[in-house]
Amino acid sequence: MSLDHSDIEKIAHLARMALDASQIDAYAEDLSDILGLVEQLEAADTTDIEPMSHPLHMAQRLRSDEITEDNRRGENQAVAPSVENGLYLVPKVIE
Amino acid sequence: MQWETVIGLEIHTQLATKSKIFSGASTAYGAEPNTQACIVDLGFPGVLPVLNESAVDMALKFGVAVDAEIASRSVFARKNYFYPDLPKGYQISQFELPIVGKGSLTIDLEDGSRKVIGITRAHLEEDAGKSLHEDFHGMSGIDLNRTGTPLLEIVSEPDMRSIKEAVAYARRIHQLVVYLGICDGNMQEGSFRIDANLSIRPFGQEAFGTRTELKNINSFRFMERALNFERERQIDLIEGGGKVVQETRLYDADRDETRSMRSKEEANDYRYFPDPDLLPVEITDQRLQSAKQGMPELPDQKRQRFESAYSLSQADALMLTQSRQQADFFENVVASGGDAKMAANWVTAELAGALNKAGLELSQSPVTAERLGGLLTRIADNTISGKLAKQVFEAMWNGEGDADEVIQAKGLKQITDSAQIESIIDEIIAANPKQVEQFRAGKEKLLGFFVGQVMKQTQGKANPGQVNQILLGKLRA
Repeated sequence: MSLDHSDIEKIAHLARMALDASQIDAYAEDLSDILGLVEQLEAADTTDIEPMSHPLHMAQRLRSDEITEDNRRGENQAVAPSVENGLYLVPKVIE
Repeated sequence: MQWETVIGLEIHTQLATKSKIFSGASTAYGAEPNTQACIVDLGFPGVLPVLNESAVDMALKFGVAVDAEIASRSVFARKNYFYPDLPKGYQISQFELPIVGKGSLTIDLEDGSRKVIGITRAHLEEDAGKSLHEDFHGMSGIDLNRTGTPLLEIVSEPDMRSIKEAVAYARRIHQLVVYLGICDGNMQEGSFRIDANLSIRPFGQEAFGTRTELKNINSFRFMERALNFERERQIDLIEGGGKVVQETRLYDADRDETRSMRSKEEANDYRYFPDPDLLPVEITDQRLQSAKQGMPELPDQKRQRFESAYSLSQADALMLTQSRQQADFFENVVASGGDAKMAANWVTAELAGALNKAGLELSQSPVTAERLGGLLTRIADNTISGKLAKQVFEAMWNGEGDADEVIQAKGLKQITDSAQIESIIDEIIAANPKQVEQFRAGKEKLLGFFVGQVMKQTQGKANPGQVNQILLGKLRA
């Protein structure tokens, strides 16, 4: 399977990546190669093999329902570009 | 043309855990912005989610209550989209392997019939933060306290065929999660949020029409209005020769209309994949068994028990078991000496009315179940009449003590001494010869007049049964 120009533009948009026109061809080629590799893998016979969702054969550990975090807003917000009244400020989103 | 409505619901319930689903930050509502958003919730580099055991157990309880298939192995997936209230750029949710599979729930309809609604699945996920759009110099303010609060998203089959059925189902889910103690059910605070998928089709047609999804429904009243609006909009569109476009629409309660949310559509390519930070969740038999053992009595079971143990009508039992709190209150009234039928009436009528008028919740009732039981005991043993009981209730409501204290202080004890009643009646008959003559001439309606006079004389304290009996005996003599 190979990806064309518009596929790459769509993927870049979903990932919020700005690509200029010259990069698109290179990405189309690289990503198509990756898909080619997956196609190769698909040739393997997987009858009787249970699909896995994680490479480790372990189950998720659970934690007990306890509050263990204090308020560290000051430290957390120190890296934010803009805060006001305790809120993070971001470019306007309107719904 | 006659149109049939087809509705399916997705309900987000915030699970009543103390801490977040993947972090140890508090989930308490109403804190100062961002004081309960820790580095895991904020998606700082290098942090790892660890699953909250209570969130899993609560999901299991729900699954057991709707008789669903419980997945012995379920998987968390990343749902990718960019929005400022979701700092990681993805929401941790479940996609292919949810914890709760197919189940069902029976709803009661207005005409007394019942209908089974299919539940497709219920999955665990994390809530997003809140965006505030007041003017911050042309910016939006983001509060991430809610980020990471555990949600159980309950997805129904498109089994509802009217707006009333959809509202009945949503109320039933609400009742259930509150009974189970897994959600506080507070819709104003967003603990219980409804998205509705609605389409219409000509009656008799099998294929579904194109549906729209309505978001932002946070009350049952709005739900009914939003669905009505959307149904009419689709009918007008189709009858006018147009086509319904599959899209997400937002209900605006202020304008009572729905409108398109195009921006969400554009992002509707979530590229789900298993979250590598989380291993599959395994539900052991032991965990499932303990969830089953921890189940409270459910609304249906409670209703049946109320009908058989207290000989209540189905309507009374249904009304009393609407909420667990009200059902418990009723049982405490009965335990404190109240007759069951009388207790049912007082709890659902007198008390509910007074609470409603005062804008109070049952938990804030100035009259406790024990005191109401005490009052009903005094009605049953003829100490006071049913009519005066309302006066006693009012005094109890105003904090004037328990029933016996009020009856004593106000001298409301019923007069049941026949001789005393008789002498009062004799006086009244003597004082009203004209009315007596008219009564004897056949104007028997005048009985009410005489009863009224006796009650006036006794300030309503005479036993009404005795008054009637003695009056009739004397008037007809």
